[in-house]
Amino acid sequence: MALFLFTFLAVVRSAFSRGTELAGADRLVVINRAGLINVIPLAYRDKILTIKGVKAVTHNNWFGGVYQDEKNFFPQFVIDPENQRQVMTEMRVPDDEWDNFVKDRQGAVVGAGLAKRFGWKVGDRIPIKNALYGPTKTWEFVLDGIYHNDHPGGDESQFWLQWKYFDETVPSVIKSQVGWYVVKLDSPDDAVPVAAAIDKGFANSSTETKTETESAFAAGFAKQLGNIELLILTIGGVVFFTLLLVTGNTMAISVRERVGELAVLKAIGYPDRYVLFFVLSEALVIALIGGLIGLGLAVLAIPVVGAALRGLLPPLLLSVSVLSAGLAFAVFVGVASGLLPGVGAMRLRVVDALRRV
Amino acid sequence: MIRVDGRSDSPSLIRVRGLNKTYRRGGENIQVLQGLNLDVDQADFVAFMGPSGSGKTTLLNLLGGLDVPSAGSITVAGDEITHMSASKLTQWRARHVGFIFQMYNLIPVLTAFQNVELPLLLTKLSKSERRKHVETALGVVGLSDRMNHFPRQLSGGQEQRVTIARAIVSDPTFLLCDEPTGDLDRKSADEIMALIEELVGKYHKTVLMVTHDPVVAARAHTTLHLDKGVLVEAASKGVLVGGVA
Repeated sequence: MALFLFTFLAVVRSAFSRGTELAGADRLVVINRAGLINVIPLAYRDKILTIKGVKAVTHNNWFGGVYQDEKNFFPQFVIDPENQRQVMTEMRVPDDEWDNFVKDRQGAVVGAGLAKRFGWKVGDRIPIKNALYGPTKTWEFVLDGIYHNDHPGGDESQFWLQWKYFDETVPSVIKSQVGWYVVKLDSPDDAVPVAAAIDKGFANSSTETKTETESAFAAGFAKQLGNIELLILTIGGVVFFTLLLVTGNTMAISVRERVGELAVLKAIGYPDRYVLFFVLSEALVIALIGGLIGLGLAVLAIPVVGAALRGLLPPLLLSVSVLSAGLAFAVFVGVASGLLPGVGAMRLRVVDALRRV
Repeated sequence: MIRVDGRSDSPSLIRVRGLNKTYRRGGENIQVLQGLNLDVDQADFVAFMGPSGSGKTTLLNLLGGLDVPSAGSITVAGDEITHMSASKLTQWRARHVGFIFQMYNLIPVLTAFQNVELPLLLTKLSKSERRKHVETALGVVGLSDRMNHFPRQLSGGQEQRVTIARAIVSDPTFLLCDEPTGDLDRKSADEIMALIEELVGKYHKTVLMVTHDPVVAARAHTTLHLDKGVLVEAASKGVLVGGVA
């Protein structure tokens, strides 16, 4: 159980940090300084484009609709088709599908993972209800394309809709207002000066901006859910400590119950170090067997749990490094839990032990 | 021939001189053995008897290198063991001593074959050589057809036979038996004693045995009585009586 929990926690932690790791080193995110839920004028884009070091700019809005049932959550973004592919270069859509999407005001592009989840294919009609932008309304979309992520484990769960369709339909107070900009840089080295220049350009305006690298933005976003890292480390620490106590106690009881056998081995000539080796080996084998069962359960369960939590958490991927860490953890627990009882067995006086038998 | 006067000059297989053993219990010194002498030759069969606390098991432990005396010397086949280090004593035991305990103390997850093989795993014998020795030992004790049985599948008498096979498999210099029939019924006890007598008579093994049972003790060549750490009486053929040196 401990290994299963350890592996699950490690995978969740990895899922949250993957967003940060996969974030483009040469991209910045510009949001309203007052907070992500506040909008920024579309007019800012032209000014951002004039800054030295900026290669391309695109913008997004959060759509936040409901497909059939609220539990069918997936991220929905309003995108700028003219600039999306220049900025989000790792999310690839076949050219013909993209062309169809650009021409289709009610077109949609979805990630391959999302399409698989609902069994969508190009040409399907997808209705989504939205209550965020005015009275509840059903927005009709046609699936024009499916994107794949170049990065292994990269996000393929998004739903993209056209900026034009969105801007025409929303109430006038929201028109020409974007949620955030994503800025593609000429070089990652330009991140700091460009970010500073953007924020300086809009300082003291009615809508000040906050610009940071995409990885910093992803990390900050994850932190909004709470200190996941600390939570996971705390739970992991408690699990590890409890496991060590339980297995250590089990080994101590096991050695105590077999004092007679150990005494006989020593009596017939087995050196003390052999006895230590026997006890450590037993602890190690028990820990490894338990560990392999736990890891095996994790291998089977994580895809199922990941599918159930799709959209609520980043994709859960079980990497070789997590499995290796799990095995190493099992080995450490085996050695640690067997060490004290093993040393005790090693120091056992044969005459005293035989008297107890 | 067994001597307890400490005056024998001829070389004995086991030679004990002025053996003392004192324990500290609750701040008090308790002397368990006091100036014990003993000479035992090859193929001798000695039984030690005495009340509880007389020092029988202590003497056996000292002779077997499981404990260290407070004073005196123990020499076995020319090796003086009283000043050996713990690791040297362990090696010495593996080579020279076969133990037969009252409670068998077989490893329950090993078969009879594997239990008997245990002492040989410390040697440089090959797998086939070990197999040969084990089969021979199990043959001597009459359990050739039980070698793949686990201890739980054997009767008490059979388990004790496996213990005896384990004790003799490496051809030790002598055997130490601590109440070998203590946990057996009369019939099984008789069978075990017959086997031990065969080891002495046919295979010329030297056996030192502790027992509470006078019927069992009578099977030995000699019975020595221990009372509060002192040899106070010895009766049988071939014993020179002398008590404390």
